[in-house]
Order: sequence, then structure tokens, then C-alpha cells
Amino acid sequence: MSIGADIVAALPELFLAGTAIILLMLGVFMRDISTRSIGLLAVAALAFAGALIYLGDGRGTVAFNGLFLNDGFGDFMKVLVLIGAALTIVMALRGLEQEQMNQFEFPVLLVLATVGMLMMISANDLISLYMGLELQSLALYVVAAFRRDSLRSSEAGLKYFVLGSLASGMLLYGMSMVYGFTGSTSFDVLAQVFASQEDAPSIGLIVGIVFIAAGLAFKISAVPFHMWTPDVYEGAPTPVTAFLAAAPKVAAMALLVRVLMGPFGDLVAQWQQIVVFIALASMLLGSFAAIVQSNIKRLMAYSSIGHVGFALVGLAAGSEAGVRGVAVYMAIYLFMTVGVFAVILAMRVNGRAVEAMDDLKGLSKTNPLMALAMAALMFSMAGIPPLAGFFGKFYVFMAAVEAGLFELAVIGVLASVVAAYYYLRIVKVMYFDEPVEAFDKPVGSELASVLAISTLVIVLFVLIPGPIVDGAATAAEALTSAGR
Amino acid sequence: MSTWPLLSLVTFLPLVGAAFILAARGDEAVVARNARYVALWTSLITFLLSLFIWFGFERGTAEFQFVERAEWFPSLGIAYHMGVDGISMPFVLLSTLLTPLCVLASWDAVQKRVKEYMIAFLVLETLMVGMFCALDFVAFYIFFEGVLIPMFLIIGVWGGPRRVYAAFKFFLYTLAGSVLMLIAMLSLYFTAGTTDIPTLINEVQVPASMQTWLWLAFFASFAVKVPMWPVHTWLPDAHVEAPTAGSVILAGVLLKMGAYGFLRFSMPMLPDATAYFTPLVFALSVIAIIYTSLVALAQSDMKKLIAYSSVAHMGYVTAGIFTATQQGVEGAIFQMLSHGLVSAALFLCVGVVYDRLHTREIARYGGLAQNMPRYAFVFMVFMLASVGLPGTTGFVGEFLVIMGSFQVSTWLGLLVASGMVLGAAYMLLLYRRTVFGTISKEDVRRMLDMNWREKVVFAPLIILAVLFGIYPMPVLDVMSASVENLITNYQLALGEPGAPDMLAHLLPLR
Repeated sequence: MSIGADIVAALPELFLAGTAIILLMLGVFMRDISTRSIGLLAVAALAFAGALIYLGDGRGTVAFNGLFLNDGFGDFMKVLVLIGAALTIVMALRGLEQEQMNQFEFPVLLVLATVGMLMMISANDLISLYMGLELQSLALYVVAAFRRDSLRSSEAGLKYFVLGSLASGMLLYGMSMVYGFTGSTSFDVLAQVFASQEDAPSIGLIVGIVFIAAGLAFKISAVPFHMWTPDVYEGAPTPVTAFLAAAPKVAAMALLVRVLMGPFGDLVAQWQQIVVFIALASMLLGSFAAIVQSNIKRLMAYSSIGHVGFALVGLAAGSEAGVRGVAVYMAIYLFMTVGVFAVILAMRVNGRAVEAMDDLKGLSKTNPLMALAMAALMFSMAGIPPLAGFFGKFYVFMAAVEAGLFELAVIGVLASVVAAYYYLRIVKVMYFDEPVEAFDKPVGSELASVLAISTLVIVLFVLIPGPIVDGAATAAEALTSAGR
Repeated sequence: MSTWPLLSLVTFLPLVGAAFILAARGDEAVVARNARYVALWTSLITFLLSLFIWFGFERGTAEFQFVERAEWFPSLGIAYHMGVDGISMPFVLLSTLLTPLCVLASWDAVQKRVKEYMIAFLVLETLMVGMFCALDFVAFYIFFEGVLIPMFLIIGVWGGPRRVYAAFKFFLYTLAGSVLMLIAMLSLYFTAGTTDIPTLINEVQVPASMQTWLWLAFFASFAVKVPMWPVHTWLPDAHVEAPTAGSVILAGVLLKMGAYGFLRFSMPMLPDATAYFTPLVFALSVIAIIYTSLVALAQSDMKKLIAYSSVAHMGYVTAGIFTATQQGVEGAIFQMLSHGLVSAALFLCVGVVYDRLHTREIARYGGLAQNMPRYAFVFMVFMLASVGLPGTTGFVGEFLVIMGSFQVSTWLGLLVASGMVLGAAYMLLLYRRTVFGTISKEDVRRMLDMNWREKVVFAPLIILAVLFGIYPMPVLDVMSASVENLITNYQLALGEPGAPDMLAHLLPLR
């Protein structure tokens, strides 16, 4: 394949990488350019990259000597990542100004992280996987500690960095084990090796897979590799938390799905029990541990752990329906999370950010529309129909039931009842309690529009399920048919 | 008219009204007044439209009518499929009738957040009607579960002092049951390859080994909704804390969802398991009838007493359904409708005095007959209807259920009938303590009799409760073909051929 075709295949990623560098130059050499302008340029670039993906016809093309893969699954996940990144950058703009951390590096770092995510999703080789993952992670470590003068922020960044490096180490160790026992890092070659293998895979290989799964479980913050999540979510500046909760989760989940369903697709029997376990553990811990939280960012951390558990139920099925379930779930999760963080970013009293759950008291009186949107998001997160969150759960449990994983499905739905308790508690605080001090108004057009977009997606999904559901079905088909 | 999507219109019209109210802006008092009027008119128009269903419905056939179908999740074969038969149609009418009455009953009683209150009730109406019309399992589940959201808010925002506890208990209890049904629904989908309810009823035979598990999962959901005896504890709490109109809808319609589920899903789709578990249901029903009647005798709170009586009355319903006889099932459905009118009216009766004195303690009242004669009359009619006095709807339902029960077993009939005696005891006691006697309290003496608005609310309920009590045929005609079809298919599936009425003659004392 010629270098020209390679470049075309990776055009969105290359474009974004180039944009990041240009934005950096702009920031350095044009002293008077505002962070807001850089941020808006970054959002425009993300939108353009999304258009490139949408217009590109590189279905199933492999580029750069098999390191890079362009397929329908990648396209769907990349668009999700770009939407998540763009919405969260838009939301962050005002927060950055209010928190006195409006340095132009912020949007640039987020664009670089997004490039990393896109590369992760397109990885077709363990080495390119690692490259993408590290590009994303390093950028995120920096933004987590972006408020250098704040002890909590620095601690969050450091904690994220140390634990993240540990996970990367485990991942590398697992990758080297796999390489040692198969002689290749290419997904295609690995898939062929496992497909042709008659007897059970060797212990060393299984150890390698376990280490890879552990490393990736860290990135999606699945139990038992979730410990960093609550601290980082709480400590990082809220605009950063919003970013962390949305796009990187989708990207890492896509990566995990691709690795397990692609090269290791024939070893379902080996990794299924791992996924079942981490799915169960994540759902249960996410549900029970969140009950006692009073800080809303910490609560969202446990909530995200729980949601990852539910999405993994789909992966545990190890089927095309399962992948479709994961894709639908992550798409809906993305919009729910972005919406909730728009509300959290609007939680400011007298120019100061507040993040206790009790600060939401009586929101239905002081700001009825915001309360209504938040209530819809909460019911959706709890999985109550007719809101979109229900359909996410519907699709993953459907896959689990089809695969005969009844115990997993039953425990999963019961965990969702437990989780419903703390989502309802937020509704209760907003609607049943008497108001405390009202939040500062106006909340700003950025937050209002992001909140409106995500709430509309959640509420109207039941009427127009097509775009997400069909996209996810195409994505799942592309992923599962490629290797066979 | 027949080409109109009548069911969708009736289902979603309230949402349009809700959208109007949501868009209302301006001075709070003006918005509140507009919200009340919009809600009243929307629900009245919805009721009038639903009358077209009642009159346009073809009697004497078990087919689903007014059927609508549209693609929804084409890749899964899940469609938006609506239609009613003789079992579900009366409940649509019940829902559309009670909603305007609820709006009227809340006219003055609800003064805070009127806008949100009316929106919640209109959304609730959409979900209730949709649930009874849905002919696709997924659509049914969505409506069935969606009801929780507005009801949670109604109890929690406008409820009494312990409203938070009651709202959470209501929500989590019901949700826990329902999610298990979701899993059962999905496995049914993979067994049958469809979620279309008519197809599942008529063409699909579920393997016997699976039926037990599916039935138990359905039971978990429906038994909580009914509610049946061990899982009924959410109901007294929810009733006591809910505002009057919330109790009316809860008792009038929401409780019927569980029993409707038994009729629509458990019996026709899982006949073997239904037959297997019938003794269990009988046992729980009898316990519900006798035990909760005794509990009701000991209550000092008016609403709690009526709430426990609801559990007892729903015990008749479940017993009647599982007799699988024409009389039993028709009696159960009639009892549900009757209970929908009567218990709704009883909660409204409590609401009338609660609005004046702001207490539900039975001991705080007494002697109301002297200064509120009209109220005493209305209360008496519904109290007697609840007891099952001949000439009221309560009698027809209970009589048919007892008849069906005797066909199954004498003991069952005897135990079920004993509930009528106990029911008379607690209802008459309630009536004597609140309405008769002398007025001993000054604030009670000052209470005014019902105003015109309250009379308007009670008038249709009294007329219906007496009319259908004396002449129940219009209602029974609507349902008889569907019930007959249900029972014939049920017996066929069990391998017991023979028309149900023949069975009734051959096996009077089995």
C-alpha cells in the first residue's frame, strides 16, 4: 500500500494532530489570543475530524503495514469520542475562566488526548495500541493536575499518573508475554494463530491475556482496578472530570472490545470468566459504594464504575449482539454523563464552585428547567423507561440472556435496583427538599445548550432510536465479521 | 372515525396538554389557573375520545380491535403495536374517567407547584392508557415501568409528612419486581423470536421447563403491583402519604396493572406453570383477604384502613383470575373495575374531610351526618358498595368470584366468602365512627358540606357504581368473548378439552 493511501486512511487522526500543533504555536506566539478562541478552534477541528470520518469510505482498510485499521466499528466509536470531547471542551470554556486556569495549553492537551483515543480505537497491533493509549494517558495526567496551586488537583494528577503507569506496565508485560508465546504483535496474525490452534492455549499465553485485560480494566475503571477513579474524579478540576468521564471511557471500552473480540476472539472461553467477574464486581461496587457518597463528583465516579459494569455485561456475552449492546450503552452513557456534568459545572454559589449533593436542594424551585433535565438524566441513569438509559440496559441484558448468562443478568438487574436508590436520592434532593441558596445565574449559553442537547437525546431516543441503534448494529457487524 | 389512530390519540393527547402546561410562563397564580384548566380540558377531551372506543368496540369477539402498527426497532422485530380486547378496553375507560376527576379533586387541595402537578397527572394518564393498549411486550414494559416516574414525584412532592420514605419504598419495591420480568421477557423473546403479544398468546408454546422460571419472574413483578399478601407493605405507606388524587389513581388504576399482567401474560403464555402455581396463588389470596381485613379492623387512620381493604379486595381478584372459570375471571375483572370506581371514590371521600380538617385520624371525626348530610350519603353509598351490598358494583364482582371459587373447591369459596363478612365489619365500623354519633369537637361542627365541585366529582362515580351494580350486562358483554377465549385456550393448553361452562356444571364441588 502506498504512503498516500496510508495517509488517507488515517486522515482524521493526522489532521487533528496537525491542528494540535498549530494551536500550540498560535498560543505560544500570539500572546493576546484567548483560551476561548483556542478552545473554539479545537472544537471546530474536532467537528471537522468527525466530518472526515463520516465522509471517509475506508471501510476495513488496513494502513501503515497493518498497524492501523479503519472499520465501521472504529468509525462509530470515533464519532462518539469526538462528540464527547467536543461537548466537554465547550462546557469547559467558561469553567476555565471562572477557575482562573484559562491557559491555552488546556484545549491543546485535550485535542492531543483525543488523537490518542482515535489511535487506540484504530489500533490493529499491540504496539500501536500502546502508542495511542499512552498519548491519551499522558495528556490526561497533565490536565488532571492542571491546577498546580491546588493540593487536591496535584494529588489527583499524581495518583492518576502513578496508578496509570502501573496499569501501563501490566499491559506491556502482558503484551510481551503474548508476543513471547505467539511470535507476533499484529492482531491479524494473532487471530490466525488462535484460530488454527487445536489444543488449549498455554498457561503463559493466558497469563498474558489476563495482564492485558487487567491493564485495560484500569483504563475503563472496572473493579478491581477502580481505586483511582473516585479520588481523581473528586480532586481534578470539574471541567477535567467531565472530560475524563466521557470520551476516554468510550475509547477505552472500544479498545477492550476490539482486543478481546478481535485477536483473542477465538479464546472467548478463556476471557469470558474474567469479563463476567469484573462486570459483576463493577456493577455491585458501583451500586453499593455510591449509596454513602455525599460529594456529587465522587458519586458520579462510582456511578461510572457501575455503568462500565453494565456495559461489560454485553462484552461478556462475547457475541455480535453483545458488541452491539456495548456500543449502544456507551453511546447513551456518553450523553447522560455529559449532561450530568453540565449540571455539576453549573453548580456555583456566589462565584464559588460547590459539589455537595445537598447543594442541589430545592433546585426544582430555583431553576425548574435545569432540575427537570437533571431528573430526566437521573431516571435515565437508573434505567427507567421510556428514557434512553433503559434501552442501553435492554440491549446489554438482551445479549447476556441470549448467551445464556442468566445469573449475570439477574444479578445485574438487581444491582440496577440498588443503583436506582442513589439516583432517586438526587431527584429527591432536587424535588422534595426545600431550597437552599440558588445557583448563580445565568449558567451560560454553553452549559445550557450542552445540557439541552444531551437531555433531548436521552428523552427522544425512544421515538427515534434509529441513528444510535443502527450505527451500533453496523459497528458490531463490522467488528465481528472481519476476523471470521 | 375508524381510520383514525384512535388508541394512539387517546394515549398521547394528554402529553400534548402536558407540553402546553410546560410552556406556560408568567405570574405564578395565572400559570396555576391555566394549568388547572388545560389539564381539565385535556383529560375531558381524552375521556370523550375514549368513549368512541367504548361505543365503537365490537362485542362478541375476542379479536384485538383498533389495532395500530408501526415499525419501531425493525432490526429486533419490535414494533409499536396497539390494540384492545374485551379485557383491556374497560381499563382504558377507567383510566380516562378517573384522570379528570383527579384534576377536579385537586383543584383547591393542591396549591403549591400546580404546574408540575398537572403535568405529572397528564403524563401518568398517557402511561396508564398506553400500558393497557400496548400489544408489544417491550412497549408494554416501557409504559408499565414508566408509571413509576410520575407517581414517585406525586407522592414525594405533594405527599404527607413521611412522603420521602413512602415514595422510595413504592419505587424500589416495584422496580425490583419489574426488572426480573425484564429478564423473563428477554428470554421469552429468544424462545419465541418475537415480542408481539398476540403472537405470543396464540402461536407460541413455551417449553414446560422454562415456564416455571418465567412464571416466577412475572409473578415477582405482578404480585408486587397487585399487591399480594407478603409484598403488599408498600401500599399502605404509599396510600397514606400520597395526596388524595395520587391515592385515587394508585387504587383505581395502578393496582390493576398487576392483575392485568396475570390475565395478559401469565395465564395465556405460561398455562402449565399457571396451573402448577394456582394453589400458591389461592393460598396468598386467601391470606390477603382474611389477614389484611383483620389488619384493616385495627387501623386508626382512614386512608390506611382503605388501603388495607384494597389489598383484601385485590385478593378476590387474584383468586378469581386463577380459578380459570368464566365466572371467576369475569368476576375478577368486574371486581377490578368496581374497585377502581369504589375505592377511588372512598379515597376522594377521605380527601373531602381531609381538606377541611387536615387529619385522617378516625377518632378526630364523628357525627358528620349532622352537619354534612350530603357527604354522609355519598360516603354511605361507596361504603356499602365496598362491602358488596346487592345493587352496587361491589356485589356483582364479589358474587361472581365466589361463584367461580366454589367451582374449584368448596373450601376456597368458603374462605373467600368470609372476606365479605370481615369487609362489612371494618367498613361499617369506619362509617359509624366518622359519620354517626354526636359531634363532640368544635372544629368538626364548623365543617361545611360538599361544594358543587365535589358533587360534580362524585356524581359520575355514584351513577356508575349503582347503574352497573343493578345492570352489569354492558360491562360483562364487552369482556365475555375475550374471557371465554382466554379460558378455552388455557384449558386446551392444559389438555383438558371442554367448554368452561360445561366444566362448571360437571365439577361443581371438585
